[in-house]
Amino acid sequence: METLIFGRLNYHDIPYDNPIIMATLGGAIMLLLVVAFLVWYHGQWSYLWREWFTSLDHKRIGTMYIVLSLIMLLRGFADALLMRTQQALAEGGVAGYLPPEHYNQIFSAHGTIMIIFVAMPFFIGLMNIVVPLQIGARDVAYPFLNSVSFWLTVAGAMLVMLSLGLGNFSHAGWSAYPPLSEKHYSPGPGVDYWIWGLQIGGVGTLMTGINFFVTIWRLRAPGMTWMKLPIFSWTILVTTLLIMLAFPVLTVLLALLSLDRTLGLHFFTNHLGGNLMLFTNLFWIWGHPEVYIVILPAFGIYSEVTATFSRKPLFGYTSMVYASLAIATLSFVVWLHHFFTMGAGANVNAFFGIATMVIAVPTGVKVFNWIFTIYRGRLEFTTPILWTLGFIVTFCIGGMTGVLLAVPGADFQLHNSEFLIAHFHNMLIPGALFGYFAGYAYWFPKIFGFRLNETWGKRAFWLWLVGFYLAFMPLYALGFMGMPRRLVHYDNPLWQPYLVTALVGTLLIFAGILCQILQLTLSIQQRRLLQENTGDPWNGRTLEWSIPCPAPAWNFAHLPTVHARDDFHVTKQSGQAPPSLPYSAILLPAASGLGPIMGALAFLLGFGLVWYLWWMAAVALAGLVLCLLVRSLDDETEFLIPATTVEATERALRRIASSPYNASQVSQ
Amino acid sequence: MAMIQRFRLQSLAALLCIFSEPLWACTGSCGSQWAVLTPQGSIASQEKDLILTALGLMLLVVIPTITMTLYFAWKYRASNETPDYAPNWDHSSRIEKVIWGIPTLIIAILGTLVWISTHRLSPYRPLSSPYPPLEVQVVAMDWKWLFIYPDLKVATLNQLVIPAGVPVHFVLTSDAVMSSFFIPQLGGQIYAMAGMTTHLHLIADQPGVFEGYNTQFSGPGFAGMHFETRALPSESFHQWVQTASHAPAILDHVRLTQLEQPTTDVPPQIYRVTAPRLFNEIVESYQGPHDRMKEN
Repeated sequence: METLIFGRLNYHDIPYDNPIIMATLGGAIMLLLVVAFLVWYHGQWSYLWREWFTSLDHKRIGTMYIVLSLIMLLRGFADALLMRTQQALAEGGVAGYLPPEHYNQIFSAHGTIMIIFVAMPFFIGLMNIVVPLQIGARDVAYPFLNSVSFWLTVAGAMLVMLSLGLGNFSHAGWSAYPPLSEKHYSPGPGVDYWIWGLQIGGVGTLMTGINFFVTIWRLRAPGMTWMKLPIFSWTILVTTLLIMLAFPVLTVLLALLSLDRTLGLHFFTNHLGGNLMLFTNLFWIWGHPEVYIVILPAFGIYSEVTATFSRKPLFGYTSMVYASLAIATLSFVVWLHHFFTMGAGANVNAFFGIATMVIAVPTGVKVFNWIFTIYRGRLEFTTPILWTLGFIVTFCIGGMTGVLLAVPGADFQLHNSEFLIAHFHNMLIPGALFGYFAGYAYWFPKIFGFRLNETWGKRAFWLWLVGFYLAFMPLYALGFMGMPRRLVHYDNPLWQPYLVTALVGTLLIFAGILCQILQLTLSIQQRRLLQENTGDPWNGRTLEWSIPCPAPAWNFAHLPTVHARDDFHVTKQSGQAPPSLPYSAILLPAASGLGPIMGALAFLLGFGLVWYLWWMAAVALAGLVLCLLVRSLDDETEFLIPATTVEATERALRRIASSPYNASQVSQ
Repeated sequence: MAMIQRFRLQSLAALLCIFSEPLWACTGSCGSQWAVLTPQGSIASQEKDLILTALGLMLLVVIPTITMTLYFAWKYRASNETPDYAPNWDHSSRIEKVIWGIPTLIIAILGTLVWISTHRLSPYRPLSSPYPPLEVQVVAMDWKWLFIYPDLKVATLNQLVIPAGVPVHFVLTSDAVMSSFFIPQLGGQIYAMAGMTTHLHLIADQPGVFEGYNTQFSGPGFAGMHFETRALPSESFHQWVQTASHAPAILDHVRLTQLEQPTTDVPPQIYRVTAPRLFNEIVESYQGPHDRMKEN
């Protein structure tokens, strides 16, 4: 009876005896309560619910995605700091302060969180904000689906967070290779948290992929042919294609593993015909395209900011488009390079090695295109450009070590070593994260109506860049020393100085993060000073800069017609004032509370499945179906904004007519 | 043919050493902690050459690219007001050809290198040597390495003893989760998986002591799963085998059951082997009719 009600949940699952976890948990709960109290004190709960949580406005959903990502970045970074400290200490007779059980959960959580709940929501947030504005649309194709996707991602993230204080998280690494991740070797709820956190978040991502693919395909402004589509939207189109093709593999993979664990089946176990390599193959058939899913949007951002701040169109736009498509195609034929060491024949290894290297060609082309965009330009060293330049230089190094790892004979020596850790951080931090930071600074005024403080942004950049080199270059060296990854302890004193240097680098990155927090706080305080009245703070080239800052709920009072690639730039060049058309009423998707409710139900579903609370899972699942029914039967899903409101808002937002970049003054 | 390829590879490597100079220099002078760069066996040497050659080839493109990035960014900074500002310039067929061409060329060269080296360095390829290879069966366990010498009727735990100058044929499996067997100074790694066997051919050119690791994370005892590899001159190796075959401890089914219990940081052991088919039985216990789970 007790198992029927409580599943395998027991109050011993709260790690009372672990001071580190309990202190973290206590701190997190306190912080949460303080925030909740402050919101209540200022009477903002109903505002938050009405205007944000239930909003179907893509800009609001995008902003919430980024907030989620930044919160999770702090968690993932705290994990990194713990690991780096442990490795800097734990040599020889010193055990360090983390026991293996805890350390192993930390690196598993770090990887899972950074990829799935930092990188993914960050770029999904940016694409939510930017894509409809860039293609001249009022919203995404399926606004309600967008809200559900977001809240499913939140539910997944919350499951991972909850594992900190209730039970434990997976100790099997972010890739959770069986048989270690099977019930026999990992009987606790940890791997189940991993499975259901990823599964629920993954379904959200898949739906977002479909949503934005349809949005770009169907909702482009009249005249915006494929070769006039802004390059960021292009990379997002390719990314969504990858999501739609790759994420179902993850869904199936996780379903099979959960069947193994919950019902005792044998897909990946050691026994009764199970095969761990089946998992490994499927994991990387998803996992490798996933790398490009997080990197391609950043490539799009770099392309946008390089063109804008070089005061030139993007060099080789067509090349860029084909390079993106080539990367996407090739990303599906390289997965085996993650396990050359499984003992496949030389022909197989050579094929996948060469296929991997071929990706370096379109990627290299992209790098050269950015360089030639700068060439003969007038480059302004704004924060986004600093992130871009830091990226290009660092990415060249990461690309090189990546091609090296694609050589099977070299991989045999470097696989699973600290060299590999250095390599993929070298790709993901400058390749993806720097790009997101550039995009964050670049598009921030479009949402909030004021720019971010540049001084603190630049300080953050330099700390991140120097910190990155100090943190990861020593790991390349350690790879040449043969140091395996994921060691909680080691017996080689010659490794220690490198690991201490890596810790110093991590601390510099920490200082960089503090600068970013300060930058945001200061910018909010100085928002009057940093206020953006023109709608076009950077002399931008694409449609999103043609509308006011902050963008109104309807994006475009009059849907634009596109005539050129950098349409807004061309319009400004022509010097013609936009025709003053009469305003008309606009139909927008109405807010819906079903998104957050479905997120909460998905969370309960996941929680029930992790703890074997079958009744809870059943009720939550029924609730989810009911929500879909309610939504399907709801006819009042839109509301009308009267023309007078549109007109008044537009006039107020465009309160100042002249700006340094105003059309008539641009003479070039 | 292979000789010619090897010769070409070496001259290419020599040519490129200007670019990866620091790493090459290290291989001559730096300490043995740079395991990958101070190989002690023919396979590891070839892998090192391959790493440095590939790095050198790529640096041919990477260094100019980084230089160009920084130079252009500085030269075309807004405040410099260069006269050749081209606000509408976005295409040049000539540049496009070069930026597609050069990476393609480098990758074509590297691809050829991959094809040749992958076949030459395949872990399954026996090494040519006047001596017949010594077979060592490797079992990854939670969390230790068991080495069985089937022809010598001895076995060791967490310590590998091999004759220098004689090729070693490792046959690997796992009696638990997946592990990866790696002795950097002798050559690259391969996975050990339950119910499956993999093969690896390595050789130690000179006597010496080399650190070996499991590089595939395998659970709480993972960090302690490293071992010393001692390559002995053939005289000493035969003496060692003599001593080992009179070792007091024996490796049989009872011992195996004990070893299958997860333990960490187990000190090295030497066993006499009384159960000759032990390795095969371990593999079979995860397979078809002998599947231990099915029998239970």
